[in-house]
Amino acid sequence: MTTVLCTINGREETIEAPPMKRLLDVLREDLHLTGAKEGCGEGECGACAVLINGDLVNSCLVPILQAEGAEITTIEGLAIDGKLHPIQQCFLEEGGAQCGICTPGMILATHHLLERYPQPTLLQIQEGLNGNLCRCTGYMRIFNAVQQAALVGVEE
Amino acid sequence: MANTHQIVGHSPPRKEGVAKVLGRAQYVDDISLPDMWFGATVRSTIPHGRISSINFGPDIPWHEFTIVSAADIPGENTIVHLTRDHPCLAVTNVNHVEEPILLLAHPDRAVLPAAVAAVHITYEELPAIYTIEESEKKETIIWGEGETANTFKTYLMQKNQTPVPDEVWEKADFIVEGEYRTGAQEQLYIENNGVIAEYDAEKGVTVRGSMQCPFYLVHALELVFNLPAEKCRVIQAETGGAFGGKEDFPSVIGSHAALLAMKSGHPVKICYDRSEDMAATTKRHPSRTRHRTAVSKEGKLLAGEIDFAIDGGAYATLSPVVLSRGTIHAPGPYNWPYMTVRAKAMATNIPPHGAFRGFGAPQSIFALERHMDKIAKVVGLTPEELRRRNLLSTGDRTATGQLLSDPVDMQHLLTRALEESDYQAKRKQFDRENPTSTIKRGIGFATFFHGSGFTGSGERRLNSLVAIELTPKGQPRLLVSSTEFGQGTNTILCQVAAQTLNLPYEEVLIAQPDTGHVPNSGPTVASRTAMVVGKLVERAAQSLCATLVASGNLQLGYTPEDFRRAALRYLTQHGALKAEVRYESPGNIFWDDETYSGEAYPAYAWAVYVAEVAVDTTTYAASVTNFHALQEVGKVLHPVLAAGQIEGGVAQGIGYALYEKCLWQNGHLANNQMTNYIMPTSTDLPPIHVTFEEVPSPHGAFGAKGIGELPMDGPAPAILNAIEHATGIAFTEVPLLPEDIFEHMTRISDSGTESLDPAVAGPIFSEATA
Repeated sequence: MTTVLCTINGREETIEAPPMKRLLDVLREDLHLTGAKEGCGEGECGACAVLINGDLVNSCLVPILQAEGAEITTIEGLAIDGKLHPIQQCFLEEGGAQCGICTPGMILATHHLLERYPQPTLLQIQEGLNGNLCRCTGYMRIFNAVQQAALVGVEE
Repeated sequence: MANTHQIVGHSPPRKEGVAKVLGRAQYVDDISLPDMWFGATVRSTIPHGRISSINFGPDIPWHEFTIVSAADIPGENTIVHLTRDHPCLAVTNVNHVEEPILLLAHPDRAVLPAAVAAVHITYEELPAIYTIEESEKKETIIWGEGETANTFKTYLMQKNQTPVPDEVWEKADFIVEGEYRTGAQEQLYIENNGVIAEYDAEKGVTVRGSMQCPFYLVHALELVFNLPAEKCRVIQAETGGAFGGKEDFPSVIGSHAALLAMKSGHPVKICYDRSEDMAATTKRHPSRTRHRTAVSKEGKLLAGEIDFAIDGGAYATLSPVVLSRGTIHAPGPYNWPYMTVRAKAMATNIPPHGAFRGFGAPQSIFALERHMDKIAKVVGLTPEELRRRNLLSTGDRTATGQLLSDPVDMQHLLTRALEESDYQAKRKQFDRENPTSTIKRGIGFATFFHGSGFTGSGERRLNSLVAIELTPKGQPRLLVSSTEFGQGTNTILCQVAAQTLNLPYEEVLIAQPDTGHVPNSGPTVASRTAMVVGKLVERAAQSLCATLVASGNLQLGYTPEDFRRAALRYLTQHGALKAEVRYESPGNIFWDDETYSGEAYPAYAWAVYVAEVAVDTTTYAASVTNFHALQEVGKVLHPVLAAGQIEGGVAQGIGYALYEKCLWQNGHLANNQMTNYIMPTSTDLPPIHVTFEEVPSPHGAFGAKGIGELPMDGPAPAILNAIEHATGIAFTEVPLLPEDIFEHMTRISDSGTESLDPAVAGPIFSEATA
């Protein structure tokens, strides 16, 4: 067992876990933050994506010991005072979520994308989301949601 | 009722959308029950053989585990679909790799993989077969005997029950033959199959999980546990994609978890990881279709014979009905004076294939729409003109003899789709540019139809039931077993009820599909939710309203506040209100299973899809660069969801055509990972332009027919037709990967393509008359 100190969704956490336990499992099992999903377990699908120090990372590939001192944001940390974040609102309105299993990762990927490119081109959107697989939408409505979120702005 | 508001045809946010974007929606792996254990499956490592011994390795504390074998099954050792050939757990023989033999449960999920690996099973191996051809040779029989040896099902469908007369073949100007193949395809929902089961000696079995058809699982549990239906309760959790892959398979994993729960005395969760889900669960049936077509020099189809064969894998599962839909769709939206389809579903030692969006139709439509382009070439017409001379229209009869009494205008759809895609200009442009370019561009299309709802007498047999109740707060709540897995069930059914009740969309609720509480409104498949269940919801809403009016509590022209007050008054007076309606078969729909003729479906959706492709002759990669999907679907209940369905389906269709290849090695799926089974990403897809036309059907809610399967039917043939335009090579198989294109362009190969040069083509096509 190892002790890891990190900040998750603005809260300081002290985690006791085997050092190689996946961050995804710590989030889901130890902290009951089940918004991050396991789709493939090998970093292909992005359903487990979270933000670590502002970077978009697949939490299934991160042993918890690497999270020491990190600032982590999960989908649960995105809504502001229980109100949908503008990106979440746009996904809802534009039909960017169908079955919803890729949605948390997709929304965090969008957040990361819009931090870098507040007014992204379609190509930047496509490349920014290509680590997140969606089997339902064909991505078109997700692109619309991202463009809409860029229009309304995502300042917090 | 004053219709002051329009909800149907508009796009309110999906009912469970807020929970999904917040990450709060509860999928089965997000749910934990007190004292819950975890389950795992010990599977066959060989494709065919007899189990000689089972040994438990020494390094595992086996006393901590619950171990279930077939001997623990209280009822029948079978997973019932249409037949009872499929064991719940193998006893003496295994018929495919990954066949379940033992089940393990333990409180700690992490120790299970090592325990599964420590169960050593030895086998006496038997010869195995992996292809339709090996199966039909019948040298090795792995299923059935005599007539049914290796054969799950056969159909003979003849228009007017008449074979093609010899003189039609003799007098035809051309006889065009062709063979077409499609591969297996993984559904690849992002949420793997998973369930949690509980067992109680008094209450029976409860299973919750990711699934499409809760009552299918109830039926499976009844047999495995020898319990009455009321002691087999099934609850659908939020489901992260399905596409048919959670139609029949939950009966397997649900029965397994329930057996472990019974023996361990704990709730047991089984959630597969990706590699297990891909290796062990069902996929789309591979197919082989042979066409023989008599055509006049004017390009009129005179007669067709189609041999349609699908590979069902090791057990029958849903193969007979998959075959049925493929058979009925094989002649396509064309007028055939004579048509014979001979169809068969064959057994192989591959893990059983099952339901996948389109359900046999994408396979036979691919063959036909490639074949139509071939016929056009032989006859000397454009692909468009050949189709124009043969398309079905209002008043014609399909190959099953069904009279098309509802208006059909495929000519118009074809005109519109080709105009909107700028087809003619692009065809000329690519013809002009290709000779001097290493990137060869092409444009092609497919014309097709898809029957909505269950095939033939299916709906009559399902006899579905739908209810609407009033909640204690006076709100209407729908009670259906139809499930939401992304396609929009919750949303469209609430729209239909809200529109019918003249209430705001937000006022209508829908219950979680829990077989302890909702009636059996049938499985959530085949676009029957919008059409059949939607219509039942409409009728139930009318009935609920009529009851409130008849009770004197409600007057027409009511406001939402009036409705709620009336509902509360009614509840005070009577305690509860539940309006229940049952499916009523339309009087003019008849289907004859014996002759395979009649009204195959109450309604059809009609479509024309146009694909543009680019084939890079340096890398041999083909990509789709633009896509137009035009369809007539009766009524678009929710424009955003409907377009999203089509776009997502087109993406799957593009994957089916160009990316998604199941590589089998001795019956084992070699690429059972997302790393090496490639589905389209956000950078792989072209712009997808979706347009709808609406010719309301009297059989569906507000005129709705089906939409969900169309985008699986059209893309593959449209794309290969476009690739033929781009390269001049008539590929006949999907998936078509760069290595397949490379193979053909660099080496003269006669597999997977064909030549129209009569000197090369040999028997494939021949001019019948001198």
